[in-house]
Amino acid sequence: MPDALQNGEILAQEEPARAEKGTSLWKDAFHRLAKNRLAVGGGIFLAFMVALALATPWLAPYAYDAQDLDLGAAPPSATHWAGTDTLGRDLFTRILYGGRISLMVGFAATGVSLLVGVLYGAIAGYVGGRTDSILMRIVDILYALPFTIFVVILMVFFGRNMMLLFLAIGAVQWLTMARIVRGQVLSLKRADFIDAAVVLGYSRRRIILRHIIPNVLGPVIVYTTLTIPNVMLLEAFLSFLGLGVQAPMSSWGVLIKEGADVMEEYPWLLLFPSLALSATLFALNFLGDGLRDALDPRAAKD
Amino acid sequence: MPLLDVDNLRTWFYTRNGVVRAVDGVSFHVEPAETLGIVGESGSGKSVANLSCLGLVPSPPGKIVSGSAMFDGLDLIKAPLPVLRSIRGKRISMIFQDPMTALNPYMTVGKQVMEPLLVHDGMNRADATDRAAQMLESVGLQDAAGPEARMRAYPHQLSGGMRQRVMIAMALVTNPQLLIADEPTTALDVTVQAQILELIKQMQQRLGTAVILITHNLGVIAGTCDRVVVMYAGRFLESAPTRDLFYSPRHPYTRALMDSMPSARMPGEDLYTIPGLPPELTSEIAGCPFAPRCAHANEICRRRPAMLQEVARCHTTACTRVQAGEL
Amino acid sequence: MTRFIVKRLIEIVPVLFIIVTLVFFMIRLAPGGPFDAEKSAPPEVLENLEAYYHLDLPLHRQYLMYLGQLVHGDLGPSFKNSNFSVNELIALGFPVSLELGLYALAIALVIGLASGISASLKPNSARDYVPMSLAMAGICIPNFVLGPLLVLVFALWLGWLPASGWDGPLHKILPALTLGAAYAAYVARLTRGSMLEILSQDFIRTARAKGLSEARVVLRHALRGGIQPVVSFLGPAAAGLLSGSFVIETIFQIPGLGRFFVQAAFNRDYTMILGTVLFYASLILVFNLAVDVIEAFLDPRIREEHRNHA
Repeated sequence: MPDALQNGEILAQEEPARAEKGTSLWKDAFHRLAKNRLAVGGGIFLAFMVALALATPWLAPYAYDAQDLDLGAAPPSATHWAGTDTLGRDLFTRILYGGRISLMVGFAATGVSLLVGVLYGAIAGYVGGRTDSILMRIVDILYALPFTIFVVILMVFFGRNMMLLFLAIGAVQWLTMARIVRGQVLSLKRADFIDAAVVLGYSRRRIILRHIIPNVLGPVIVYTTLTIPNVMLLEAFLSFLGLGVQAPMSSWGVLIKEGADVMEEYPWLLLFPSLALSATLFALNFLGDGLRDALDPRAAKD
Repeated sequence: MPLLDVDNLRTWFYTRNGVVRAVDGVSFHVEPAETLGIVGESGSGKSVANLSCLGLVPSPPGKIVSGSAMFDGLDLIKAPLPVLRSIRGKRISMIFQDPMTALNPYMTVGKQVMEPLLVHDGMNRADATDRAAQMLESVGLQDAAGPEARMRAYPHQLSGGMRQRVMIAMALVTNPQLLIADEPTTALDVTVQAQILELIKQMQQRLGTAVILITHNLGVIAGTCDRVVVMYAGRFLESAPTRDLFYSPRHPYTRALMDSMPSARMPGEDLYTIPGLPPELTSEIAGCPFAPRCAHANEICRRRPAMLQEVARCHTTACTRVQAGEL
Repeated sequence: MTRFIVKRLIEIVPVLFIIVTLVFFMIRLAPGGPFDAEKSAPPEVLENLEAYYHLDLPLHRQYLMYLGQLVHGDLGPSFKNSNFSVNELIALGFPVSLELGLYALAIALVIGLASGISASLKPNSARDYVPMSLAMAGICIPNFVLGPLLVLVFALWLGWLPASGWDGPLHKILPALTLGAAYAAYVARLTRGSMLEILSQDFIRTARAKGLSEARVVLRHALRGGIQPVVSFLGPAAAGLLSGSFVIETIFQIPGLGRFFVQAAFNRDYTMILGTVLFYASLILVFNLAVDVIEAFLDPRIREEHRNHA
């Protein structure tokens, strides 16, 4: 017969309970993000660009429409850091002001798509049933439309004002946001831990605030960060076609177009705005990628 | 002459939180056609020890720090990758715990079972197909429409038990000398567990394969193994023929394990659990790894490293007190 | 499976219907018309023109007439290029865009897949960082920047390639590269991500435990799953690729459908606009369907779903 240990005879020493430091999902994600150097670099650069954009009226060495027709287009120099364009306007100043516009359009249009997309997706997911089917059918149909074409048509036919630009661009992006939010809400509704919360008697408010929203927030944040560069690209593309922001205001897209027109003789007019736009897009994409990696709980394999 | 002779194997994982000594000085051997059971809790290192022999430990962060694994005159630990590949799937096969995820969802079951034949035995497609179909039938996969229908099935169309049978067929189709079964029944229903174990036993008798059965379930060991080794915190604490282990366990940990089985208690009695937690593998353990939780531990236990020593015929234990005859 | 395909094909009709209606009314209701530029012509000529194109009829009559024509596959005459019908213009422009798109697609697939797979095999090494950084550049440098830059370097400074046109094989290199670059970048990143995920799954360990060579493990076991996101991505992307990118065709002066569309939009050429939109939309819908079919082909679990729901 196996030699059994008596119940009462316990233990030599109990090992002191090992305190495991608990971390929340957000703290965990933040740590992971902080370790991703590209993402951090992107974030810093982005913050820098935003700061520049905000401070432009005080920072710009020249007025953005100050012309110097005698000078004409000149390469970079001590007085004009990025050179001047054909009308003698300081390119550095124009890039600063262009950044204000481009970033503003980027954030505003993304905000539109965020608002519409999240509401739409949350309603569809939460209400479910026929409402959900109808709402998502609409999304499917709209998805099939060649949206860029629509935007082009819109801009050509209905004139070129900024409000319309925000709306049009935002309208293109909200579909995916709606899908993501709806998907998340749906899977959350079915999740066991939500059932558990209900069974534990938590109020609806508590469930929504502390259980549903934090779980939807993750993918929404990631997608938002990745939408901004897409939006900026779309705006630049429209401006390039002559449909976006109108003179005398300029965005980076407009500057790029102007530069492309004369790139043979004055290459800096193309290079500097392109650099500004590309660098900002890089930063946004790296940051978005980093956020995606950081917030994906499956990536916690270390 | 043992089929596989592992000596002093150490596999460590270099992680950000320190060095995890998953396998810390383990030696065992398997004779041809015998069934060796390796039993231990989760995290005891039993899977890693076997993965190390086949070179399947993910290499950063894992590293085989020392040891040898002699298989037919060849040291698997030092063997170059192409040699290892020629042995894997052909002379040593491994089946894994979760048949749901261990089979390729994009390939038919037949193709997966055929593959070792094509790659290792150089068979042509027609012969391989026939052999695979035969194999599927021998492991008990029947289909009213005939063996071809089963061949064309995809893993997601089969139940857990059937998938595990497919894994077994795939592992044994080349008639390997050794089969390593890593918790083959853990993910299955209890009724199916018995069938799978029976199947492994049958196939083993038919083909003469040696089997290493890794599990945390003492019941499984009792039914199938010739010899058992008890593993804890990366070391072996006891090894013996199955009968001897169950009838006279010679290590406090083994005894505690057996005591933890619900069947060891009378109805209405409190269930016994081993107090405390297994040690952190990131720090070096002086002395016996089980000492902190052992009711019989003394100062010597905590200080002197525990080495396996024979205390009865074919029965070794690493408990210093048992070795000294005190327990 | 066939039931699924037929069902999807039938569903395309109502979608197209909605698109036609939307666009038709949208452009007619906007200010300005196709003949605004001809202000110098005497009013009777303008009236005749409008009558000829039925622009004097009430809007809903025009709409119904248009639908009637559509059913016969007639997209109407081009308002601007009176010698051509829209069908003819599409037939002229599409093959060019198609050719450009195919080259770009080939570039995107070959470069993207190869670098993505290669990067996934040795993550966090040079083999990973270099191509992925280039890919990031491909995404962040808009094609209307890349195009002029490439022209600047290869046509103007080095003089190796022509700056515009579409006559010989040399003319096709720069536009194809510009168009393909961004897609190659997306494909590379998608492939790397999904291959990494697949390679960490259990069945890959099983495959290695079977003693299969690494090449076989990657190409025969991992790739089928790894390629899925690329296929999904390529659906709508291919439609865009093959119908020509407006920007590329504008920069390089390529007589493709994209450029025709932009011109039509600026010229308020109603029929041409409608015709191209319908054409694009049909392409996208068919491509989406093709992608779904390919996905089902690649993943037997999806095949099952379709069979159950069809």
